Amino acid sequence: MAAYVIRRFLQALAVMIVVAFASFLLFNFVGDPIDNMVGQEATRVDREAMRDSLGLNDPVAVQFGRFIVNLLRGEFGISYGLQRPVAALIGERLPATLELVFVSTIFALLLGIPLGVFTGIRRDAWSSRLILTLSLLGVSLPTFVVGILLIYVFAVTLGLLPSFGRGEVMDLAYWSTGLLTVSGWKAIILPAITLSLFQVTLILRLIRSAMLEVMRTDYIKFARARGLSERVINYGHALKNTLVPVITVIGLNIGTLVAFSIVTETVFQWPGMGFLFIQAVGFADVPIMASYLLLVALFFVGLNFVVDILYLVVDPRLRKQHIAAIGKRG
Amino acid sequence: MKWLQRQANPYRWTGDWSQLLDGDLAYSFGRSPATVVAAGVTLIFFIAAVFAPWVAPHDPFDIATLDLNDAFLPPVWQGETGSWTYPLGTDGQGRDVLSTIVYATRISLTVGVLAVLLAAVLGGGLGLLAGYVGGWFDALVMRLADIQLTIPAILAALMIDGIARLVLPAGDQDVLAIYVLILAIGISEWPGYARVIRGVVMAESGKDYVSAARVIGIHPVSIMLRHILPNVMGPMLVLASIGLALAIIAEATLSFLGVGVPPTTPSLGTLIRVGDDFLFSGEWWILLFPAFALVALVLAVNVLGDWMRDALDPKLR
Amino acid sequence: MALLELQNVRVEIPLRRQTLVALDDVSLHVEEGEVLGVVGESGAGKSLTVDAIIGLVEPPGRITHGEVLLAGRRIDNLPDEALQRIRGAQIGVVFQDPMSSLNPLYSIGYQLVQTIRAHLDVDLAAARRRAIELLAEVGIPDPDRRLSFYPHQFSGGMRQRVVIALALCAGPRVIIADEPTTALDVSTQAQILDLLRRLSRQHRTAVVLISHDMGVIAEMADRVAVMYAGRIVETGAVQTLIDRPQHPYTQGLMSSIPRIDQDVDRLAQVDGAMPRLADIPAGCAFHPRCPKFFDRCRRERPDLRPAGFSHEAACWLFDTPNANE
Repeated sequence: MAAYVIRRFLQALAVMIVVAFASFLLFNFVGDPIDNMVGQEATRVDREAMRDSLGLNDPVAVQFGRFIVNLLRGEFGISYGLQRPVAALIGERLPATLELVFVSTIFALLLGIPLGVFTGIRRDAWSSRLILTLSLLGVSLPTFVVGILLIYVFAVTLGLLPSFGRGEVMDLAYWSTGLLTVSGWKAIILPAITLSLFQVTLILRLIRSAMLEVMRTDYIKFARARGLSERVINYGHALKNTLVPVITVIGLNIGTLVAFSIVTETVFQWPGMGFLFIQAVGFADVPIMASYLLLVALFFVGLNFVVDILYLVVDPRLRKQHIAAIGKRG
Repeated sequence: MKWLQRQANPYRWTGDWSQLLDGDLAYSFGRSPATVVAAGVTLIFFIAAVFAPWVAPHDPFDIATLDLNDAFLPPVWQGETGSWTYPLGTDGQGRDVLSTIVYATRISLTVGVLAVLLAAVLGGGLGLLAGYVGGWFDALVMRLADIQLTIPAILAALMIDGIARLVLPAGDQDVLAIYVLILAIGISEWPGYARVIRGVVMAESGKDYVSAARVIGIHPVSIMLRHILPNVMGPMLVLASIGLALAIIAEATLSFLGVGVPPTTPSLGTLIRVGDDFLFSGEWWILLFPAFALVALVLAVNVLGDWMRDALDPKLR
Repeated sequence: MALLELQNVRVEIPLRRQTLVALDDVSLHVEEGEVLGVVGESGAGKSLTVDAIIGLVEPPGRITHGEVLLAGRRIDNLPDEALQRIRGAQIGVVFQDPMSSLNPLYSIGYQLVQTIRAHLDVDLAAARRRAIELLAEVGIPDPDRRLSFYPHQFSGGMRQRVVIALALCAGPRVIIADEPTTALDVSTQAQILDLLRRLSRQHRTAVVLISHDMGVIAEMADRVAVMYAGRIVETGAVQTLIDRPQHPYTQGLMSSIPRIDQDVDRLAQVDGAMPRLADIPAGCAFHPRCPKFFDRCRRERPDLRPAGFSHEAACWLFDTPNANE
């Protein structure tokens, strides 16, 4: 088991290094960083001097090394457009994004899992069919449309909830949270629902189809034949066995979560990383783009690592090393 | 040899297809009203897209016909200024909303269909090679597929767009934008097709007729195609329909974000972006009708895809 | 009075284009302490009979006719909660494949304790003790430590023992074993059969043993029922059924088994194959393959009637007024 964990960790590290290199290339070679930092009037000589002083004429390996060291020290460069250190921008924006993602995911799990179990068990009830139809609608509604429609209904027509911003925010050490104020919650509801919709649909369908398969298995039949109650079978035996495929697919969809969080933040002008990124793309602000790439990769790799650990927790077959060894022999 | 074979049984292909039509597929299609409606809606959209100049009551891009006095007119059933000339109202420049929707559908569907085609050809080709050659190439392709699956189209397109903006001269950007878009979306969908074709190729290459073909001197792949294609049609169609829905959504999202199609050739996503500006000022029709059109189109395609998947899945029969 | 009895049970499966009759007029009974063997080819309906007994026929299939009686009381028409109490507590079932019968994500101790506490009102510690007792009784060494093991940590034979322990948890009066040894190697087979026989003798448990392997049946059963195309075609005491089969199908079955004391050049076989559920012929289901069939077999379906050596056979050959040839 320890070998499994270490292996996964090293793989994660390898991915991060590759992405860091891609980010590095972006930073230093796409467009000309010098052009972006000095005005038009600077002479050739001045530019060369600048290149030298910034170390841009050193061999690539040296530059890359410096890049990594800077990263680890928390220096992500200076935004072209906003003329501020990217690290500071990240510090301001990251909590907003993380809170949004967190709230929407909790909401999606609370809604998606029971619905998925229900439609998996009672596949022929009319309520199941209704829920499935609604989920089809959910898949067909692009996230930005959902956001806009929610704004239209709740902000424009009913005037109940704000259509942009985070509301009042409280600062705790390095983290600014909107979850401790009423206006903060009011502001987060609509974006969270928007972001959670595709997750609910995904989780619901996943769990449903996994339940349908699990309910056909011999061990469920045997559990019934032993006289265990339906509740124990559905939520004990069946649900636990759906977790492995569900965790897998959720792991695969982390990228989608990131993408849609960008969209949601844009629709609601939510001051998070995604919104920052979109603005950066518009201005070709490479430092922000490259840093965002790194962060997303980190998030991605980190979550996948958590997923791998979760496998160990859920499926005992992965835990014992000698089982893996037996598998190789057989 | 192949020519002779086909002569001997000229109905070989029709035999397969008519079997398909007579069987469970047609049966379940007729039984489900939702699917029939969905098919109809999809057809309407496609026709509108292809025959846009004839279907749309106005040409929204002909500046000569635009009259700013006609701007911001509400739909026909609202207010005294609504009229049948502009059944769904007009936008800020006096363009007929219905016509813009028709032309925008053309763009949305073009990008979507081309992206799916690219994905199918790319994925199918890679899958065919991977299944046939096997070995390290197969492992490589599968690994690439795994990596590709984790990167959603939207993220990839965003990065590509950002870089393109930097690297390409300003003038070319608009022209290339659509191709970049199709490329980004198409590439994000190839793994599905690759897996399907690879699986069937691998299953078939072990069979005796392949070795027999080699002995006779015919290239096994040409013989395999006859056996592979019928097996592959079903799953590919399902992938294509669901993929089309995803591609349309991806393009709409990117256009909404401002990094999709250029504003000169607006898609449904662009229209929604434009309409968003008028959300608070009361001209709701500029936003809601394009949004409704987008949802209707995607929903119809999804329903068709869902039905196809259920009808073709042997496990669910 | 029989401990477990099926009377004229009929199971239908309504499909899109037709309704299949998967079990047709099936009647069986087993006494306390007796081992009833049920033989038949794959697809003859043996497993479906098990499903019908415990009320787990998978929809859209359902019991449309007949009764299932446990100690004289009907159980097929009971509501689900009542059936739950009977399953496991009165009737225990062992299925064929031990690997797929056990939930791979839970330890066997968890699954045992859960089943015990579902039927017996005991606390956790008492349930654990009982679980250890059961494991010891089915012959698992070092049961105390093994409680926390997971199914994949056992070998095939050990797993089947665990399955049997699970089936025995609440002390059922009837055990139904559906091909319990088919997935195991021969020596393990013998051990499992020994175990079943010992348990049956010790606890006076009735056993319904389903198999397509006549060797297993010959060794274990007291009486045998032969199934064909969803129907019972013959029942009788095991020895006479093997030595003196009455129904032509049973005769075909027995003669196709090579015997160690005979010198044969060719194995006898019955031509043709058992019909699929959608294509069951009218009249006697076996008549197209029967070497002794006559006109009546085509038109009328025979029910079980007394035949030689205290057997019952579903064959017109045994219609007393019309005994022919």
